[in-house]
Amino acid sequence: MKEYHYTGPVEHRFSPYSFNGGTVLAVAGEDFAIVASDTRLSEGYSIHSRDSPKCYKLTNTTVIGCSGFHGDCLTLTKIIDARLKMYKHSNNKSMTSGAIAAMLSTILYGRRFFPYYVYNIIGGLDEDGKGAVYSFDPVGSYQRDTYKAGGSASAMLQPLLDNQIGFKNMEGVQHLPLSQEKAVQLVKDVFISAAERDVYTGDALRICIVTKDGIKEETVPLRKD
Amino acid sequence: MALQDVSGFQDTLMSHRWNTPASLSGPMGDTTPLLDMADERNLGWGRFKSSERDGGVPLRFFIPTPQSSVPFRCENRHASLSSLSTSSSPPTRRPFPLSHGTTTLAFVFQGGVIAAADTRASCSGLVACPSAQKILPIHSHLLVTTSGSGADCMLWERILAREIRLYQLRHGRRLSITGSAKLLSHMLHPFKGTDVCVAATLCGWDRCGPKLFYVCSDGTRLQGELFSVGSGSPYAYGVLDGEVQWSLNEEEAISLAREAVYRATHRDAYSGNCVDLFHITAQGYCRRDREDLREEYHRERERVLKRGKEREREKESEEDKK
Repeated sequence: MKEYHYTGPVEHRFSPYSFNGGTVLAVAGEDFAIVASDTRLSEGYSIHSRDSPKCYKLTNTTVIGCSGFHGDCLTLTKIIDARLKMYKHSNNKSMTSGAIAAMLSTILYGRRFFPYYVYNIIGGLDEDGKGAVYSFDPVGSYQRDTYKAGGSASAMLQPLLDNQIGFKNMEGVQHLPLSQEKAVQLVKDVFISAAERDVYTGDALRICIVTKDGIKEETVPLRKD
Repeated sequence: MALQDVSGFQDTLMSHRWNTPASLSGPMGDTTPLLDMADERNLGWGRFKSSERDGGVPLRFFIPTPQSSVPFRCENRHASLSSLSTSSSPPTRRPFPLSHGTTTLAFVFQGGVIAAADTRASCSGLVACPSAQKILPIHSHLLVTTSGSGADCMLWERILAREIRLYQLRHGRRLSITGSAKLLSHMLHPFKGTDVCVAATLCGWDRCGPKLFYVCSDGTRLQGELFSVGSGSPYAYGVLDGEVQWSLNEEEAISLAREAVYRATHRDAYSGNCVDLFHITAQGYCRRDREDLREEYHRERERVLKRGKEREREKESEEDKK
């Protein structure tokens, strides 16, 4: 990510941020949502861990994927968990996916001048039981989507998803709704491609499938080099 | 919540700051010069001041201290926004770009107000979202078009919508468009000099008829009859300045707005994808379906090809005559 060439004496200032890599993907279906992430934690040329998944379970119907700076990911998920508990105790019900998304937006914007360096994607079921994906930028702008890729390989994965799930830029193709099995297979294929071309993505793939029966987790190995 | 605010209900939960780290938290009831007011989404706040006036912005911000000072010292709690904009050392450098680049336009005519915008949210060369919504309704008679940084616009419009609703509950009548523009401008003023970037046009219909205001985070607040904002605005102005008149009828106005956005998306790299169109009348706003401009490009290309072929045929027939 950095370019190396001779520039003369360079003064290094402490940067509170660091980039730990990783890719997150979420897909919303008719009655399910899938959140998937790789499990590699890297920094510069080193790999800190091969088993650091980036999906975090929030409620029975919502999973969040956070990639970017790992320190901020951990703190942000702790803050979200605490706010979920506060909501549960005051309102006697769990937060819905849409409410979590709106809350996360204000949490992130509260740090507008020293942002959390985290790319978030929330996947879950909305109140009608339909799949919902909410994607965020690091300062809190968010939007509901059908599919979204975030993190280091997002620029490579998003066009592929646009074509395969959104049927964009294809003519004369029948727009079939996405079944759960097909979606899971697509996610696996897409991450295998990402691991080929992105150095920060690899090791293993953790898939969380959210349905009305709960959250199922699956781990698939990826390239370790 | 608005109801909680109006009825003066004091939430008895502890008022811990859930968004700020330990270094900034003072004792309870600490009225720091940070922009204060109960943020109702931050459960557990009562009101610091007994008065009803909300002088500041209803969101707590964590302001990082200037680089020179030692972190986590007690004086940090008095860090204010002025230190952010006037400090000699630059604030913490962000390692990621924010979204920018757009074309939005709005104009007033005899049938109300037309607001149109493209739907591309770009982020330094990458299209972050091809189907963003840049025209957000605040209430049935007020729309805001957003331009500048996506997160700033989205959050500030949420705050504006909340303040307008609170005003309506407290005073029993809806705030005028002029008042809404002033409110937004004054709420953004403390952030002048920071890199909050909001350039919004408020389009609406109130008791005084159709109104259009341009509000910018650098302090500009202008009333007008035609505004276009964003990186594609010069191209949109080129189309609109020649054609906009008070006496347009509804279809002409809509097709003009659409044409202006289409031309701007064609020439500006940071605008594109689809066009959103809203029309506000005395009865409220109505929204046209989002239209993908890709079809329009194909139709335009066919038209250009057809014209080229006709010209060739004319040339051949002239040569035959000779």
